[in-house]
Amino acid sequence: MNEADNAKAVDVPLRVAGLSAYYGARQAVADVSMAFVPNSVTALMGPSGCGKTTILRCLNRIHEILPGAYARGQVLLGGEDVYDSGMSVIELRRRVGMVFQRANPFPTLSILGNVTAGLSRRLPAGEKLRMAEKALRSAALWEEVKDKLHKPASALSGGQQQRLCIARALAVEPEVLLMDEPTSSLDPISTLSIEELMTVLAAEYAIVVVTHNMQQAARVSKYSAFMLADETGVGRLIEMDETTRIFTKPSDRRTEDYITGRFG
Amino acid sequence: MTPERAAPVKSKVGLRHTTSIAGTFLTAACASIGAISLLCILGYVAVQGFRAIDIAFVTALPVPAGESGGGVANGIVGTAITVGLAVIIATPIGLLSGLFLALFGRGWFPEVVRFLSDVLSGIPSIAIGLFAYGLLVAPFRHFSALAASFAFALLMLPLILRTSEEAVRSVPRAVREGALALGLSELSATMRIVVPAARPAIITGLLLAIARVTGETAPLLFTAFGSQFWELNPTQPMAQLPLQVFTYAISSYRSWHEQAWAGALLLILAVLVLNILARVVLTPRSQR
Repeated sequence: MNEADNAKAVDVPLRVAGLSAYYGARQAVADVSMAFVPNSVTALMGPSGCGKTTILRCLNRIHEILPGAYARGQVLLGGEDVYDSGMSVIELRRRVGMVFQRANPFPTLSILGNVTAGLSRRLPAGEKLRMAEKALRSAALWEEVKDKLHKPASALSGGQQQRLCIARALAVEPEVLLMDEPTSSLDPISTLSIEELMTVLAAEYAIVVVTHNMQQAARVSKYSAFMLADETGVGRLIEMDETTRIFTKPSDRRTEDYITGRFG
Repeated sequence: MTPERAAPVKSKVGLRHTTSIAGTFLTAACASIGAISLLCILGYVAVQGFRAIDIAFVTALPVPAGESGGGVANGIVGTAITVGLAVIIATPIGLLSGLFLALFGRGWFPEVVRFLSDVLSGIPSIAIGLFAYGLLVAPFRHFSALAASFAFALLMLPLILRTSEEAVRSVPRAVREGALALGLSELSATMRIVVPAARPAIITGLLLAIARVTGETAPLLFTAFGSQFWELNPTQPMAQLPLQVFTYAISSYRSWHEQAWAGALLLILAVLVLNILARVVLTPRSQR
């Protein structure tokens, strides 16, 4: 690695190098290398089965909780390999937060309980409340829930539940926020509010969002990666670049075919 | 539908319509038989038992055969103690094994546990009672309520185990992933997020298991044995409501027959209440 690469590695909080992921005997992703830039949204695009969600799930090692699932290669957080260093999965997941495809609030906890679920239980209640308010404000949900913090989270609408899940992830103050098709189960208005939120949050976090909605990638992301499964069903990175470039002058024919709607 | 429609089409549609109605009627009729038989049993037992139910029946001790009055208070309390002890024995074991199966349920060992638990749930209760007799009564030459609790616990164990496994399994994977993604340890994610989400279904399973053993009679015959007196010490023979129903029913006294019906009514009501509770627990708060 030369000087320039080293310098670059410092302001890139999260990188993957030569990452392959498996579900038992089946390989889902082969040899993917990507860098995620701070203070910007990176979109992972591609048709179903191209491995974009698998890549995302490798970044916080949630991939490997499925029986038989594992990954090979490097995921570097701040220069440290998360698979091959002293970093525990718990520390990793506190530094790399995740929002799922469907809002998954904890059913037995209140709104407040959901937001503070990831915080240390030893924190005083006042401190927890302060951090919860900060997270809920960041997720643009505070005004809507400040009077019903002790109501069950299930009382919220779908879009509000998804913002609650974002607040829950932000409360532990991560460096990176992973979002797995965060709007795929939401109506257009809720989708819009989540997209606006992503744009705002990009000022503070590196955001990686999986989407198969190309308009969404074009609207919210600064960088885009396009992935595609090869003939054997193994997902590969086709290209990664600034989003404007991917949508105007992609360097690979397959990317162009995909974004112009010729397949996928 | 209009009379002008061509005849063949109409008859075919008409035939299908008739078949459909007949099918609906047949299935509904069969479904009603189940419901009606419960109502018949409940009604008949209620009519027969109602005559003997009064305050004394639930507060007084039995009186000698031939005398009128008296009650089954010691049997009610005895059954409550015996079932209560069985719950204390079976719940932690059943719950933790269910949790184990739900979380680490792959491989040969969990499969063996599941298979054996299914076999256990199919063993006749009289055989379980005999086993408890051989283990806890014969060696001490002494009947005890504890032996009955042990037999009840064995009957409840597979039910609690399978319902808690199902309950924990039915918590969406996304909930557990959400907890892990926040940086919670496996243990915290399970205990703080997953198990609470499964709690209503676990409690329902427990209540149904209690309902299942409350009316069991066979294992009591040679474990708790029964008693005419107030006996609250579980290491002693203890009165049991199902045993009293049995003894009174096969006696030749009219007053005891009435009391047998009344005792049966109490047992059915207890099981009914437990089942209703189990339903209420499962219904989300918002829908109550």
